[in-house]
Amino acid sequence: MQNTPQRAVNWSRIVKESLVAGLIALVLFFELVGVRVVDNPGGLGLRSRWLWLLIAVVATAVGRLLLAWRREILNNRPVADLGLTASDSGKSDSRIQIFTRYVAPLLIAFALTLPMMPFANRYIVDIATLVLTYVMLGWGLNIVVGLAGLLDLGYVAFYAVGAYSYALLSTQLGWSFWVSLPLAGLLAASFGILLGFPVLRLRGDYLAIVTLGFGEIVRIILLNWYTFTNGPDGISGIPRPSFFGLPFKRHVPEGTDSFSSFFGLDYSSMHRIIFLYYLILLLALLTNFFTLRIRRLPIGRAWEALREDEIASRSLGINPTNTKLSGFAIGAMFAGFAGSFFATRQGFVSPESFTFIESAVILSIVVLGGMGSQIGVVLAAVLLIGGTEMFRSLADFRMLAFGALMVAIMVWKPRGLLSNREPTVRLADHPEEPSPDLVAEQKS
Amino acid sequence: MLKVVGVQTYYGKIHALRGVDLQVNEGEIVSLIGANGAGKSTLLMTICGNPRAAGGSIHFLGQDISRLTTDRIVRQGIAQSPEGRRIFPRMTVLENLMMGALTSEPSYFDNDLERVTDLFPILKERASQKGGTLSGGEQQMLAIGRALMGRPKMLLLDEPSLGLAPLVVKQIFQVIEQINKEDGVTILLVEQNAFHALRLASRGYVMVNGRITLSGGGEELLNNPEVRSAYLEGGAKV
Repeated sequence: MQNTPQRAVNWSRIVKESLVAGLIALVLFFELVGVRVVDNPGGLGLRSRWLWLLIAVVATAVGRLLLAWRREILNNRPVADLGLTASDSGKSDSRIQIFTRYVAPLLIAFALTLPMMPFANRYIVDIATLVLTYVMLGWGLNIVVGLAGLLDLGYVAFYAVGAYSYALLSTQLGWSFWVSLPLAGLLAASFGILLGFPVLRLRGDYLAIVTLGFGEIVRIILLNWYTFTNGPDGISGIPRPSFFGLPFKRHVPEGTDSFSSFFGLDYSSMHRIIFLYYLILLLALLTNFFTLRIRRLPIGRAWEALREDEIASRSLGINPTNTKLSGFAIGAMFAGFAGSFFATRQGFVSPESFTFIESAVILSIVVLGGMGSQIGVVLAAVLLIGGTEMFRSLADFRMLAFGALMVAIMVWKPRGLLSNREPTVRLADHPEEPSPDLVAEQKS
Repeated sequence: MLKVVGVQTYYGKIHALRGVDLQVNEGEIVSLIGANGAGKSTLLMTICGNPRAAGGSIHFLGQDISRLTTDRIVRQGIAQSPEGRRIFPRMTVLENLMMGALTSEPSYFDNDLERVTDLFPILKERASQKGGTLSGGEQQMLAIGRALMGRPKMLLLDEPSLGLAPLVVKQIFQVIEQINKEDGVTILLVEQNAFHALRLASRGYVMVNGRITLSGGGEELLNNPEVRSAYLEGGAKV
């Protein structure tokens, strides 16, 4: 940059700011880091850790110094420079479009080939399966929150309904995974409608509170209806899915084939892991495909219109009742599918798996991804779910790293990683943006 | 075409409409003027079923619509360009127009789009821009255009001139006249801008405190001394 700052950097202000930050850090960290309660032979005692405290305070002060310094430099840039950045941000829309156009196929190609990669061991494929489960849940919730604009804090309830549907259908009635899957989706969808009816008139915060309550009600029923759900003990021995009737087992009864014997392969426990991976990949892609399609249909448009402005939508002939209910139902249906997958993968379900934190994580994925953005959900799921797995080595500091990550995203990308909304339709003969030469031509 | 008889509307305990009678015949432009809080917008909203009328009757094309839900009323052929425009800010102009066409036959779409962009050429230029980035005048044009996409028999316009520059107001009123003359859409216009509204209208109503106090031909009301002092010359006499 050839422009030198016009104003001198205001050092006294920067230093003052960093000192204040250091002071606040001193107060905050005094208790958190500076002193520690230890077990002494004579009872509890205090041990001081002044060096740690010093490090924390200095780190905060220096960090603040750097931030303030950077801000001063940016503020001092001459106006012409600022104009440049403004037009840059105007272009970021189309940059995201290009990003989406090229990255999405790459991601899908990567996902398809992942199990064949040389580094793909059991651990990696397992994590990838977990991430994809959350991608699917994120995409499902994106229909409700991102498209229809209905803030749902109890999404995990539908996930639970799907999981228990498959668990009960398979263990009680002996139904196979492929028969139970659509049924679990339907059941979850009807629960979505059940929730939808009482909350039709609610919006925003009030809706969020009721859905939160609904999530808890479902969990508590699962916990207490012992005769039906086996309560806190959960349901175990849920059958694993088969490959078109071929089980993934080492030993099968005489006269039947297993997956490995049918294809003449040596038995490997990886077969099932990889099959589960592809299964969830298929389900997730199905969710994505469905969402992309339905956005272009009248019902999808009606969801988006209702999110933007309910009164205007009604004055255009949209029936808010049906629109909202269908949003809840379809979002819930995908959670039901994901729940069935969860049950068959784990082989065991219990209310433990469906606590509020799950809803919170799924919602975080949607919000961090940028509400309504399909690829944003993928990035956020990889970051949040993959990230927490990666940070496992940090032990106690895992949640700290997780929190820092969330704060960082919200500071730099307050509207989510990819917050741009793709139009569903464009005029065929309409130039996206007039090119600069064209504008110049018209002017002359 | 539209017949409102003795309509009463409440907002909670507030008695907003105290027995309103109003009639709009096919092919007319009817203007409804009045001060802030007189109940003009409430009347339009009540015709659309939100809030529901607590008393009286509203007939459209001979059918009682006072018990129907908003979306059903709209499907009978009444479109509204609501107060404050209420376009969809994060959708593009084209998508906004598509939302307006939701209730009409898909095969009409191309024709209707062409007609609307003929009336408001700026909308074609702005087609891929987000609704929220339009200027106030363009947003108003989009709101009217969106309402027209549903091929309404009757169009309810709520203060289309609000907050717009005089030149833009003139253009909007010209288009309203065009919609009425060329497309045969009946128009009920609610306005503060009494001069423009009455000059355009074949008939007009004056509303005060939830009641119709005066009615007559557009010219006639324009020359009425009471109307002149209250709404045109800034006088204090009511």
